[in-house]
Amino acid sequence: MTNSYWLLALLVVPLVGAAAVMLVPRANERLAKQLALVVSLVVFGLTVAMCAQFVVAQAADFQFVYSVSWISSYNINFALGVDGIALVLIALSTSLVPVVLLAGWHEADGARGSVRGYVALILVLEAAMVGVFAATDLFLFYVFFEAMLVPVYFLIGRYGGPRRNYAAVKFLLYSLFGGLLMLASLLGLYVVSGDITGHGTFDFTQLAALANQIPPDTQKWLFVGFFVAFAIKAPLVPFHTWLPDAAAESTPGTAVLLVGVLDKVGTFGMLRYCLELFPGASHWATPLVIVLAVAGIIYGALQAIGQSDIKRLIAYTSVSHFGFIALGVFVMTTQGQSGSALYMVNHGFSTAALFLIAGFLISRRGSRLVDDFGGVQKVAPILAGTFLVAGMSSLALPGLSSFVSEFLVLVGTFERYTWVGVVATLGIVLAALYILLMYQRTMTGPTPDVVTEKVHDLRGREVLAIAPLLVVIVALGFYPKPVLDVVNPAVDRVMHAVGATDPAPQVAPVAEGTAK
Amino acid sequence: MNAALAAVTGSFDIPTIEYSALAPILIVLGAAVVSVLVEALVPQAYRRTLQLVITFAALVGALVAVVALWGTQQIVAMGSVAVDGPTLFMQGSILVLSAIAALVMAERRVDPAGDSFAPRASALPGSEDEQAFTRLGWLQTEVWTLFLFCVGGLLLFPASTDLLTMFVALEVLSLPLYIMVGLARRRRLLSQEASLKYFVLGAFSSAFFLYGTALLYGYAGTVSLSGIADALGASAGDTGLVLAGVALLSVGLLFKVGAAPFHQWTPDVYQGSPTSITGFMAACIKVAAFGALLRVMYVALGGIRWDWRPMMYVIAALTMIVGTLFALTQTDIKRMLAYSAIAQAGFMLVGVVATNAAGLEGTMVYLLAYGVATVGAFAIVTLVRDTTGEATHLSQWAGLGKRSPVVAAAFALFLLAFAGIPLTSGFTGKFAVFTAGIAGGATPIVVIGVVASAVAAFFYIRVIVLMFFNEPAAEGGPSVVIPSAFTTLAITVAVALTLVIGVLPQLVFDLVSQAGLFVR
Repeated sequence: MTNSYWLLALLVVPLVGAAAVMLVPRANERLAKQLALVVSLVVFGLTVAMCAQFVVAQAADFQFVYSVSWISSYNINFALGVDGIALVLIALSTSLVPVVLLAGWHEADGARGSVRGYVALILVLEAAMVGVFAATDLFLFYVFFEAMLVPVYFLIGRYGGPRRNYAAVKFLLYSLFGGLLMLASLLGLYVVSGDITGHGTFDFTQLAALANQIPPDTQKWLFVGFFVAFAIKAPLVPFHTWLPDAAAESTPGTAVLLVGVLDKVGTFGMLRYCLELFPGASHWATPLVIVLAVAGIIYGALQAIGQSDIKRLIAYTSVSHFGFIALGVFVMTTQGQSGSALYMVNHGFSTAALFLIAGFLISRRGSRLVDDFGGVQKVAPILAGTFLVAGMSSLALPGLSSFVSEFLVLVGTFERYTWVGVVATLGIVLAALYILLMYQRTMTGPTPDVVTEKVHDLRGREVLAIAPLLVVIVALGFYPKPVLDVVNPAVDRVMHAVGATDPAPQVAPVAEGTAK
Repeated sequence: MNAALAAVTGSFDIPTIEYSALAPILIVLGAAVVSVLVEALVPQAYRRTLQLVITFAALVGALVAVVALWGTQQIVAMGSVAVDGPTLFMQGSILVLSAIAALVMAERRVDPAGDSFAPRASALPGSEDEQAFTRLGWLQTEVWTLFLFCVGGLLLFPASTDLLTMFVALEVLSLPLYIMVGLARRRRLLSQEASLKYFVLGAFSSAFFLYGTALLYGYAGTVSLSGIADALGASAGDTGLVLAGVALLSVGLLFKVGAAPFHQWTPDVYQGSPTSITGFMAACIKVAAFGALLRVMYVALGGIRWDWRPMMYVIAALTMIVGTLFALTQTDIKRMLAYSAIAQAGFMLVGVVATNAAGLEGTMVYLLAYGVATVGAFAIVTLVRDTTGEATHLSQWAGLGKRSPVVAAAFALFLLAFAGIPLTSGFTGKFAVFTAGIAGGATPIVVIGVVASAVAAFFYIRVIVLMFFNEPAAEGGPSVVIPSAFTTLAITVAVALTLVIGVLPQLVFDLVSQAGLFVR
């Protein structure tokens, strides 16, 4: 098969861009930012061009395949390729980067590190994000999974808020711990594949083909290593405590990439790696995962209601949403998994909007506390209005994107586990509560003088950054079909691999006119 | 007729020595002898230049010989030295690492008083003599002689195929080292204490080694490794004798490796030695000692691996745990690196307990990867100084990234390599030994190793936090001295190798797989 260079280009262009940015003189911050923005737009353009060539009918197969031998002693290839799910996640990543750069134009000004360093790190992170979704060799996936941590660590630690050291280290250690457990499982998988076929491999497709030959007990151990890594990354309760700290202490732009994209690696990993590589063990673990997911939905929402710090609040809403995504993955129905895949995209955009607008608000007032605000809608109507739309999307208002995905996940859940669905639905009610309470406390009511004085409305650059997000949120709310079309074949592949079939629609036999 | 005559008169077979196969060792030891003569005969003014020329010529020459011998698989010198793939790989590693370390030792710009070695090691610390020597600006060059002898011993240690040769090599490498440890120009008392401690404990462990050798001789009637393996294969004699012998022998080897519970000397010695020597011993001794350990365990004791593997399981686990936990609490950079070295030895032992070809290959890769990062890291430690010498307290490293971003970035790279982050050499090593460990059925140990790696990451990361995220302590604190070309070259080479082994590991994997197995 001939190699396709699309994905390689998406990897290399940001890296070259980062190197170029570092060559810009330190004092010329403006040029560095402009250059980074141009690079990110080029990458986005490449992504669009690549998506246009994606064959939707074969979205279950890996396309744009690129493979060269890397470490032949261990049969490791530098292998890239995307199926439908990976494609939409890559598109999410590369579209958020220019938005983040534009919205966070002044984020790094006056920080400890240099501005060029900040934008260069974001570009490096972009390359790693593309790599982690595009890798089809598990070793390569692991390399990107870990390599991704380094830029984020520096982004938080050098450019973050007052408790950045703590947050950065906590983030790194949690992730490293999970990653190393995954490494152990990964090596185990390699050895097991060697035992079965005579030559070990890290190739995803080959390993997935062997999945049912792995002895059940071995499969469980291997599954646990992968799952814990992804559960920390996603994060599921009780592995979530690093997220509020990391998100609150990082700059809004970093928070967007961290929560909006990086954490998706966790749910993406569950969907692709846990289910397809360890089908037996996945069924075995389903009850526990569902309990954790539902606990996350409720716990995250309750925590969000109780937060006084806006960024922590948004972080906890994400904990709740990740509960939904994990639930959709593990209920093992087509709707649930399609919903989850779509949710990963939608959550990325709506959380990005929330974090960025909250960031604008916070940088103006100089405080992250909900109580320090009030009546913002009078002095900054556009800011308040966009915040409301983003918030409504987050609480899954029909017509906005998250609704479709949340609905699909819940339908998928009800098909199999009615009571779980009932409890999970509570999450929607609570979501209305945390979003609307936050809106009420910050945007409505009397305007304190200090807010009037400091908070002004969104400027041109900020509007330019936010507008595309809102357009996408509304567009996907009304017409999610393009994404679902791309995602569904891949979901079918997962369903087939994990040996799950949708339960037949149940019509209660008593339904017809027997009610007394 | 002739044979009968010989039997009657008693004959002396002239031993055959394959000089060409032994060339790497002979070159270095020969240079060491020349170096003694230089010390004795050449005027002071020319000594340093001449010693440097001799040292580097010997190291390069020996490396060339190793490359030329690559592919040789034979036992030479009447069955006492093996020149095989693993030997040559380790000799090559030792020579490369020694050369990098020698560059750091040759540095004369960073310390305003001259170099980092005491003008006269025999002078009492703090005595008037010593102050006079320092005032007069005396510099000594004996360290190069000692260094060359030590390297000669290191080259022989992993190549020995009988326990007596191995013991001789052990002493040849250890004795010069005991002195080198005591040569630090600054903090003389600490250095002498380190030297004495190392000497006493080292002598003690040598005795263990010898005792183990004696017991194994009692069992097998030979000290040759393959002879012991044959005797074990025939399972003749007293098993108790074997087990006791193996245990004692292992103590001697594990001491040099720095494995728990025989690690107690490591922090003190690492801290007290001149930092350039610390880097040298941390990297090179580990390679040689692991080489010898692997050879003994795989060649002589491979047949009874089910007997010694439980012991090694426990030691590997203990070493990883002890090294990691104690490193967490350290406040001195050299002591922290010392405990980190212990933890790393634990990770390497995973390769040893694997007892398969992959384990041997993995350990060799790990040794090279770790050695490179170690010499590099200690080279950087020599550069961070205040008015009293090296600033080794961790708090003094705060904000280094702001003042000297390049040096701090290089150090961060070495720390990431120790932590085993992908795309650095350390990950390549960990990957190789852990894979071997799982394939060899040592999965629980690998899991412990993985968890220990996660904990270990904390103290490596902590230093990065200090350097990059914290504000510098105060004005007038320590600063990075601009070194001469020697140290700069050493650090550059170490950085380059760390990245190359990390990004293109296949190059090293090719080498170790060509190296193959131990010849018997």
